Amino acid sequence: MARQAREDTRGALQQSAGWRLWLSGGWLGLIAMAALMAPWIAPQDPLAQDLFLGRLPPVWLAGSEPGHWLGTDSLGRDVLSRILHGARIALIVALVAGTLTCVIGAVLGLLAGFLRGWVDVAISRLIDIWMAFPPVLFSILLIAVLGPGLFSIILAIVVIDWTRFARVVRAEAMAQGAMDYVASAQVAGRGRLSTMATEILPNVLPTIVVLLTLEMGIAVIVEAILSFVNLSISTDDPTWGGMIAEGRTSVHQAWWVLVFPLITLFLTVLAFSQLGEGLKDRYDPVLR
Amino acid sequence: MQLFRAVLLRLATTAVTLSGVALIVFVVIRVVPGNPIAMMLPPGATDADIARLTAQYGLDKAIPEQFFIWASGVLHGDFGVSITARQPVLDLVLGRLPATLELSIMALVIACVLGGAAALTGTRGRGTGAEAAIDIANGVALSIPDFLWGLVLVLLFGVLMPVFHISGRVTPSLDLPFVTNFYLFESVARLRFDLWADIVSHMFLPALALAIPLAAIIGQLLKQSLKETMHLDYVTLARTKGYGENHVILREALRNAVLPTLTLVGVQFTFLIGGTVIIERLFSYEGPGEHGD
Repeated sequence: MARQAREDTRGALQQSAGWRLWLSGGWLGLIAMAALMAPWIAPQDPLAQDLFLGRLPPVWLAGSEPGHWLGTDSLGRDVLSRILHGARIALIVALVAGTLTCVIGAVLGLLAGFLRGWVDVAISRLIDIWMAFPPVLFSILLIAVLGPGLFSIILAIVVIDWTRFARVVRAEAMAQGAMDYVASAQVAGRGRLSTMATEILPNVLPTIVVLLTLEMGIAVIVEAILSFVNLSISTDDPTWGGMIAEGRTSVHQAWWVLVFPLITLFLTVLAFSQLGEGLKDRYDPVLR
Repeated sequence: MQLFRAVLLRLATTAVTLSGVALIVFVVIRVVPGNPIAMMLPPGATDADIARLTAQYGLDKAIPEQFFIWASGVLHGDFGVSITARQPVLDLVLGRLPATLELSIMALVIACVLGGAAALTGTRGRGTGAEAAIDIANGVALSIPDFLWGLVLVLLFGVLMPVFHISGRVTPSLDLPFVTNFYLFESVARLRFDLWADIVSHMFLPALALAIPLAAIIGQLLKQSLKETMHLDYVTLARTKGYGENHVILREALRNAVLPTLTLVGVQFTFLIGGTVIIERLFSYEGPGEHGD
């Protein structure tokens, strides 16, 4: 009976994981399409200001103008077009910062977990020290010194978040390193680094992929937070965080300037994390 | 004696970690491109002006020497003077700490109540739709950071249904007879419950935003521990004695299951204090009523 119950929950888990994967993958696909085709599908120029058309409501409300589907902000810039163009910056940050963080953190984690010894002591100590500092403060500090810009944001994310990968990958590599198949590879005369690349890495890869998905969601949020405190790209460029910051100040006069970018950001962050969780449920060897 | 040694060892490791943090932050800030002097002067400043001010602040010395000057000051209790605010750094930090502490404590209380309720409800209704609903809610609460929850709360309870204040720490027109910066505690101590209500109404949304992801972490862990505890023999024994399900969960299982959660709450509280900056900014919590709404 207990076994039956376990199989039932496993079935339910896989089913819900399937739903989550489809829904979150679908939304992220939409965002990716928007980012790729923004110049062609955006109804307006995202930078075009028209003070006579400022704070127009969305089309289904009274007083709207045709062509401005989701209304305009206080400078008369089209909200929908800015969201579509903002998807570009969000995705660039997610992909570039996520990948770089992943590579650096995973390599350090693998080295620490598999080589052990003084390498492990040095890297672990570094991780401890790094994690003692509040990440949001650290990023604000870094950007304040580096100066705002796309490159600074990506650098800040990489500098701060590599520990997320290093910590988990180190533990996984340690567990894998104690297994017999690793010992047998060593006995067969493989070098340490080649064992690490061909034996350990493939077995840690599922964990790394899940972490990468989660990290991309985090990168999107960090970009939004930094834009919110005016430390992102220039204020003209359409970013979701910048739009939200603008919307927050005029929320009593024009709620749509805050609501639509907020919904987009909310769903995107949720989709990244659910994609990660879904992948974990599907490929985690403990659950399978 | 053993405890004494353990505490001593922990203190020593903390000192090493703190020095490491100080060193890394110092070096990172000084090595990356960007110049605090350039930010202080107007755009038309001459090179001579820049050089003079750089020397005045000691920024022309070698970085190890700069670090040594700063560190020896800190050890004497001198944290330096803020370049932008032109006030002692220690005063700036300590002046703001009470507001942040009150906010963090309130967030922690809310998180414990919400997370505990979620875990208990989920355990009471295990295997039913209630548990599934709580798991889904937990997942969503966990994947969205406090910054986004704050914005959602501003929209829902500040704009759509304006029941709470979304800006400032107290209503600016109110007269505050307070001597400390702990508004919440002092209003209770002086039995000024009118002020207390106003302060709570300002604090509630930022505290809730901070609390939601934390509540999810607490709820998840407590529910997991309860699930494991419910299978233990002593719980089955209590059940055979004829105690009802509520008694078994609250009086028997919870007492053991709560221990890991307590540890987690302690650790999370330190993260909470470090993470309030953005939420304080979002709700203009610093300085009463900057935006006047």
